[in-house]
Amino acid sequence: MILLRFVNYYLYTLMITEDKVWEALAEVMDPEIPVISVLDLGIIPEIKVNGENLVVIMTPTFSGCPALHFMQNDIKKKVAAKLGIDETLIDVQIDRSRKWTTNLISEKGRELLKNFGLTPPHKIKNNLDVADIADAACPHCGSTNTSMRSAFGSTLCRAMHYCYDCKQAFEQFKAL
Amino acid sequence: MDNTALKELLFKLADDALIIGHRHSEWIGIGPVIEEDIAFGSIAQDKVGQANNLYLLLENLGEVNPDRLAFFREEKDYKCCHFAELPTDAYDDNLVRHFLYTHSEALRYEMLVHSSYTPLADLAKKVSTEIKYHVFHADTWMKSLANGNEESKLRIQTSLNKLYPIAMGIFEAGDFEAALIADNIFEGEEALKAKYITKIGEIISSLNLSLPTAFDEKAGYGGRHGFHTDSFAALLKEMGEVIHTDPSAEW
Repeated sequence: MILLRFVNYYLYTLMITEDKVWEALAEVMDPEIPVISVLDLGIIPEIKVNGENLVVIMTPTFSGCPALHFMQNDIKKKVAAKLGIDETLIDVQIDRSRKWTTNLISEKGRELLKNFGLTPPHKIKNNLDVADIADAACPHCGSTNTSMRSAFGSTLCRAMHYCYDCKQAFEQFKAL
Repeated sequence: MDNTALKELLFKLADDALIIGHRHSEWIGIGPVIEEDIAFGSIAQDKVGQANNLYLLLENLGEVNPDRLAFFREEKDYKCCHFAELPTDAYDDNLVRHFLYTHSEALRYEMLVHSSYTPLADLAKKVSTEIKYHVFHADTWMKSLANGNEESKLRIQTSLNKLYPIAMGIFEAGDFEAALIADNIFEGEEALKAKYITKIGEIISSLNLSLPTAFDEKAGYGGRHGFHTDSFAALLKEMGEVIHTDPSAEW
């Protein structure tokens, strides 16, 4: 009987459950901002567990983001490693019909961005008005005595600002 | 369903995005200030990314993959407008072209958000948001230079006089306008042009600049039917230079 228990326990550890998949995804980081996970970034709207097969749906961010296919492969590899299953059992599908917006970044994610030195994106109310994002609080000192220097920065998702109190430049994750 | 009209529209949108993206990328390293290098580099990246997504829609309709569509077609098969392919040697021309062009795209994609072809409507939502940053960038610089000094104002006005007539080529109708309008895929170039002229007119008069009045409306026509300017063959050659050294290479 005790042996049967061990077998049961062993089978349980092999089984893919949704909870385990979400836990694994929480540890897959964005390649350009390595402190925020793909979950906190809000790019995984859905997962489907079907027996031993797993489908992870991901949404693209900016149209020209060069990290899209890197992230697709990274999710597959890292989730497979965490779950101890073969990569071929995981299908990471890019769904272009669902629109990702920076409003989907979690509260935890926004805090992580700030601690990383990137001002979190403005929350978009109805429609994005770029003029609204021109004033960003400095992620280092919190000052709003700042100005936007350029709507474009070191990556597609960042804008450049200047803090008059710190007397140095900082970046903001752009609202999309 | 016959997709001829839809495909023609998608080719026009994708080719415009790819070619203007390539032209923008030419300013990397030679912009007047480093922020402008970065801005045009980023806008180029957005445009090429949007082109890729549009070519993917074409692949789903049975065309070859985006790389083949971008780099392995004959010149006459590209449907971009002359205005997108125009080379710009001076920064004032580059900025004014960017301003005139990006406003047309902002209005075009706002219309396409309502397209009956759902994959295009979905894509248009994302593209519309990205373009807002391009418009913001163009408007900011136009305002600065129009309100700068006599020289900056004169140079912007001279570029406007030269480029606005060619910009009208953006709205050259294709062969399937009626079908696109009837199927609610796209409201059509004429409707877009009307909105555009109003919008640009408002901005230009708010900057105390003027638009040329008497000109040949068809000066920039031809691109939508595959007839291109002399500089286009050189652009295609340069754009495809690396991939053509080994077309079978894995990227």
